[in-house]
Amino acid sequence: MSGLRLVLPLLVGALFGAALLLSGMTDPAKVRGFLDVFGAWDPTLAFVMGGAVAVMAVGWRVAGRFTRAATGEPLPGRPETRIDSRLFLGSAMFGLGWGIAGYCPGPAAASALIAPWPFLIFLAAMLAGMAAVRLVR
Amino acid sequence: MPTDWILGLIGGALIGLAAAVFLLGMGRIMGASGLIAGVIDPGARGTPWLERALFVLGLVGMPALLVALGAGHGSAPVVGWPALVVAGLLVGFGSRLANGCTSGHGVGGVSRLAPRGIAATATYMGFGVVGVLVARLLGLAP
Repeated sequence: MSGLRLVLPLLVGALFGAALLLSGMTDPAKVRGFLDVFGAWDPTLAFVMGGAVAVMAVGWRVAGRFTRAATGEPLPGRPETRIDSRLFLGSAMFGLGWGIAGYCPGPAAASALIAPWPFLIFLAAMLAGMAAVRLVR
Repeated sequence: MPTDWILGLIGGALIGLAAAVFLLGMGRIMGASGLIAGVIDPGARGTPWLERALFVLGLVGMPALLVALGAGHGSAPVVGWPALVVAGLLVGFGSRLANGCTSGHGVGGVSRLAPRGIAATATYMGFGVVGVLVARLLGLAP
């Protein structure tokens, strides 16, 4: 196993975590503020999403010029087009929980060591929910 | 505050950069739910366990380091423990059932106009709005 395979995930995870903290996305009040379209709307999340999608779109364009990633792994093929009930049902459940607490999985992980202790209840429930998907697969 | 959207845009661009480095370096889509779930399920397909664990280590460790240095927003729950339990179960189960969340479907999928990414993002955004309203109507959150 090459060193790149170990350094890259650590580096990418650290950059992702720093960016979530910097953009305010670890703060559930800001995230819920974006989803609160009938209340005091906070557009910050739209700028975060827009910035991320714009840069990643360039990433996909660059990836189109190669067949393999730096580690030699194949790059992803064309996106799947099959849209099934699991996608909708899962996304609906995820969205509902996201709106209630204001945490999605990335910011939840990024908050693990910086949030006050009651947050660990959310983290434990999220991990339990992830593990429970085995029951329906 | 005007600085909030500027920091959001910069932070967002860095999230896109992280996702692009993961794609071009590892050949994979940076999806937080799949990578996190993969750490507690060592037999999962996709990115090898050690690589998933290192990603999560960076994701958990870096914000802690930055907060210790005095940077960034904090992270404090706005709902009580019963709502945290229900929301956590919904976020964990739902994101895995849909095979992606805000990062994989949202950033990774929408940026290449993937039909599944767009469908998932429209759905969780819509239900996110519902979640805020439900929590408020039940008196669980502001």
